[in-house]
Amino acid sequence: MTPTSHQISGLKLALFALCLSPAALLLRDLQLDQLGANPIEALTRATGEWTLRFLLITLSITPLRKYSGWHWLLRLRRMLGLFAFAYGAMHLTTYVWLDQFFDWPAIARDIYKRPFITVGFAALVLMTPLALSSNSFVIRRMGGRRWQALHRAIYPISLLGCLHFWWLVKKDITEPLIYTLLTCALLGLRAWWREQERRKQLAGGYLPPRQGFNGKIIRIVAK
Amino acid sequence: MLIRTPADILPSEITPQAHYEGRRRFIAQAGSLALATALPAGPALAGNLGPLARNPFSAQEEPTARKAITTYNNFYELGTDKADPAENTHRLKPTPWTLRIEGLVNKPRSFGIDELLKIAPLEERIYRMRCVEGWSMVIPWVGIPLASLLKQADPQGNAKYVEFVSHYDKATMTRGVLDWPYTEGLRLDEARHPLTILAVGLYGDTLPIQNGAPVRLVVPWKYGFKGAKSLVTIRLTEKQPLTAWMKAGPSEYGFYSNVNPEVDHPRWSQATERRIGEFGKRKTLMFNGYGEQVASMYSGMDLRRFF
Repeated sequence: MTPTSHQISGLKLALFALCLSPAALLLRDLQLDQLGANPIEALTRATGEWTLRFLLITLSITPLRKYSGWHWLLRLRRMLGLFAFAYGAMHLTTYVWLDQFFDWPAIARDIYKRPFITVGFAALVLMTPLALSSNSFVIRRMGGRRWQALHRAIYPISLLGCLHFWWLVKKDITEPLIYTLLTCALLGLRAWWREQERRKQLAGGYLPPRQGFNGKIIRIVAK
Repeated sequence: MLIRTPADILPSEITPQAHYEGRRRFIAQAGSLALATALPAGPALAGNLGPLARNPFSAQEEPTARKAITTYNNFYELGTDKADPAENTHRLKPTPWTLRIEGLVNKPRSFGIDELLKIAPLEERIYRMRCVEGWSMVIPWVGIPLASLLKQADPQGNAKYVEFVSHYDKATMTRGVLDWPYTEGLRLDEARHPLTILAVGLYGDTLPIQNGAPVRLVVPWKYGFKGAKSLVTIRLTEKQPLTAWMKAGPSEYGFYSNVNPEVDHPRWSQATERRIGEFGKRKTLMFNGYGEQVASMYSGMDLRRFF
């Protein structure tokens, strides 16, 4: 089944509202004083977890598309990735504004001294060029392959995000463990596909051209 | 003709909030007291603890809201999320209860809670509580000095340390995370210090389960996790006991765990704290502001090494 472009637009609009709802619910809870005794911590935690969730959702589009044959899913991916960045930006904002209250020396010390903040900050910095290049103009300018190579930065970004969570918790690592296992599964799948492709190419069959496929099939075997 | 104009003042503007809340509390307590007297259980059921002696150690600060103190708890046996313990109070039955004091003492014995309440007059102690995670509260505990209990057991000359063991029930409580039961420890002089108390109440009432009912340790100049909850055993030893957190992370949690803004947790700074209910952050005070009373116990010690 392939939705018409009209249906895709409707779908995108619904998805946009859905992606925005966690932020809306958080704002409502904040207003109603329902975020518990430490609302700043609750906000920081929630925006951080939503960042990780959106990264995982974005990463699952390709496998979903591959196994379901619903290639139109790809057209939703940019929005999901941008939401990951948006929640990451909210997460950083709660830290800089509500947690540290713009105490720049303290923030700089934290980034330098605290490994969990260092990796979290690195992940957000790495996400920035991805967000900035998420428009058709830049994709055309960069060319598909280079753009795709840049956007593979989501792999280390997700791992850094998991590490950030893991290093932050005091003792009960259940939640970061779940995020890490999911991330590893989604990245492992890609490694597995690549290995299969490499074997296929090595088996002497068909070698894709070095240029011209806009990154759809990568030539792995050198020759 | 009589024309009545509606009152332009809301009842809530006439009744100060504290009074209003006090009435609410009274109604709730009257209810639970009625229940307590109706049931053939001991006196350790929920209710007001009666008149309390004041204590000069009490902080002259506004106590944190009761709701925050009773819904934001680290009590991993009842769940690792801070909201969990208040929701899982059914996992711990505070009655009947006995606290045993044993080890290097001449008079080892067990105390029921009602016996414990008679050892010394109950005092209100309003203490700052600084959590190792970087937040703090001001908590109006009710309790007795730990020293008064230790005296009853008559420690032997070679006793140097005190080990505290919390209740643990594998059937109902969290498994994994820490090596259960939860244990903590103090040096004997720390345990005998007049600031150190066994708390049996909060805000004038018996201790809520999520805060460590029926009896817990409170050591206000140390990080909150030193205050072992729901105590079943107090053991005097010659060797320094290994605590649950030392076993879990020896590089992050030491035996002393005194509040110290200059010695960071390996993963985060201890220089500041967020007082629950406040927006900005406060500077953390050495020994949580109790340096005048306790610093002499650590003179000559390298507090970086003995963290």
